[in-house]
Amino acid sequence: MASNFTPGRLAAGLALAVLSAAPACAQDLLQQLNHLATDSLRREYVEATFKGTRVINGHSIETPGAGSLVFLISHRFGTLNSGAYEFFGLDQATIRLGLEYGLTDRLAVGVGRSSLEKTFDGFLKYKLLRQSTGVGALPISVTLLATSALSSLKFVAPPERSTTSRFTYTYQALLARKISPSLSVQLMPTLLHRNYVDLSRDQNNVYALGGAVRQKLTKRLALTGEYYYLLPGATADDFRNALAVGFDIETGGHVFQLHFTNAQGMIEKFFIPQTTGNFFKGDIFFGFNISRAFQLHSKP
Amino acid sequence: MNRIIILAGLLSWLAVGPALGQTKYFTRTGTISFFSATPFEDIEARNQQVGAAVDVQSGQVAFTVPMKEFKFPKSLMQVHFNENYVESEKYPKATFTGHLVGFESVQLVSSGPRQVQVEGDLTIHGVTRHVRVPGTLEKQGNRLLVNSKFAVASADYNIEIPALVRSHVAKTVDVTVALACEPIP
Repeated sequence: MASNFTPGRLAAGLALAVLSAAPACAQDLLQQLNHLATDSLRREYVEATFKGTRVINGHSIETPGAGSLVFLISHRFGTLNSGAYEFFGLDQATIRLGLEYGLTDRLAVGVGRSSLEKTFDGFLKYKLLRQSTGVGALPISVTLLATSALSSLKFVAPPERSTTSRFTYTYQALLARKISPSLSVQLMPTLLHRNYVDLSRDQNNVYALGGAVRQKLTKRLALTGEYYYLLPGATADDFRNALAVGFDIETGGHVFQLHFTNAQGMIEKFFIPQTTGNFFKGDIFFGFNISRAFQLHSKP
Repeated sequence: MNRIIILAGLLSWLAVGPALGQTKYFTRTGTISFFSATPFEDIEARNQQVGAAVDVQSGQVAFTVPMKEFKFPKSLMQVHFNENYVESEKYPKATFTGHLVGFESVQLVSSGPRQVQVEGDLTIHGVTRHVRVPGTLEKQGNRLLVNSKFAVASADYNIEIPALVRSHVAKTVDVTVALACEPIP
C-alpha cells in the first residue's frame, strides 16, 4: 500500500503519527523531528565552487556577493627562460588592476586596466543557474560572462585607429560542478570577437573551449589548473593554447593565487587568442592574483 | 494522499487515546543566532530554519539545526563559515538531544516564563559534548515559547580558527535560541 504513494509525504504522515504516539527518549524524538523537519525538501545552493572570481587567468563561476566590492591585483612577471640577466623574468612585469562589485548575489559588474597594450576592460557577469540540492536540485552551475576590452595604445603608424576598431568582445558560458567539497571542475565555451585584426588571415571571431579544475589540498589551500583550447582555424595555427597551473591560498578576506602560465595577458582578449609561449620550453610566466573583498552594504 | 496522512495521524491518536492531551510541541522555523564579539569586529549570524520538539510530559527536548541556513551580513563570511569553519557539507546539521532537569508538566499551567535547565548532548561539527544550559518555557495560548542563551567555545567542537583571523573571531560565541512551538497533532 505504501509504495503506491509519494514516499516523502507518506513518511511525513507516518512520522507525525509516531511523534504523536510514542513517549520515547530524546534520541527518538530527534529522529522523529528529522522526519518532520523535511530537510530533504529544502533547496540548498552549493557554495564556494571556486575560491575566487578567477580560476587563474579566466573567470570562474563565482561572483562577489551582494554589496561586496572586490579589489583584484593581478601580476605576471617575464618568462622563466629569459635567463639570469632578466632575473628569470622578475625584472619585467605586467599588471592588471580591477574592481568587481556584486549588485545582487547573482549579478556582478567589473572594470579593469591592464598595462599590456594599455587596455581598459569591463564586464557583466550573471549567475544563471546555481548547483543545488533538495527540491529542484541542479547538478551544475552556469554563469554567463560578457566582457569588452579597449586598447588605448597610441598607434604611431597611420592610419590612426578609430575607437570602434580598438574593441574586443568576449562571451563565455561558464559551466561548473562542485563534485565533492574539495574537487570542482568547470567548462568554458568561448566566443571572442575582434573588431579589427591586422592581417586578412587573422580571424575576427575566435572560438575556444576552456577547461578548469580545482582540488583543495587543505581547507585554505587548493591546487588549480586551467586550459583554453582554440578551435581549429588560423588563430589555432598561429598561436598556442593557454595553459596555467597554480595554488589558491585563502586568508580571511584575501585570496592569493600564485601560478605559472604560458600566457602573459590577464584578460580574455590576450590569453585566449594571443598566447605565444611554449609552456614546455620554459616560456612560463610566474604570476599572482591578490583579491581583497570589502562589504559595502550589508545583505538584507 | 492527504487522507492517508490524516488517517494515519488519527489512528495513532485514537490508539494512544485522548488522555495524553497535548504534550508535544514542535516547530521547524525556530530561530538560533550567534554573536562573536572582538575589539576588531562583531559578527552575527541568524538561522530561522531550526527544527525543535519539546515533550512537556516526559521532559524530552530535541533540536536539529541546518548549518547552511545561518545568514551573515557579509557574503564572504557566510561562505567561509560553511566552507572553512563548520564544514557544512561534511556536517550539515547541528543537533541537541536532552531533557529538562527536574521538570514536571504541571508547572506549565501557571503563566509567565519559567526558568528551566536543559541537560543533554550537543553535536556541532561532528563533535558531541554533554552540556547543561539554562532557558525559559512559557505557555502562550496553545503555543509553547522556548528561550535560551548560552555560550559555545569553538575549540570544544574542533572548529579551528587560524592565527591570522584570531583577533577577529571570538573564542566563545553567544548563542541565542528563540522558538514558538505548536502542539502536535
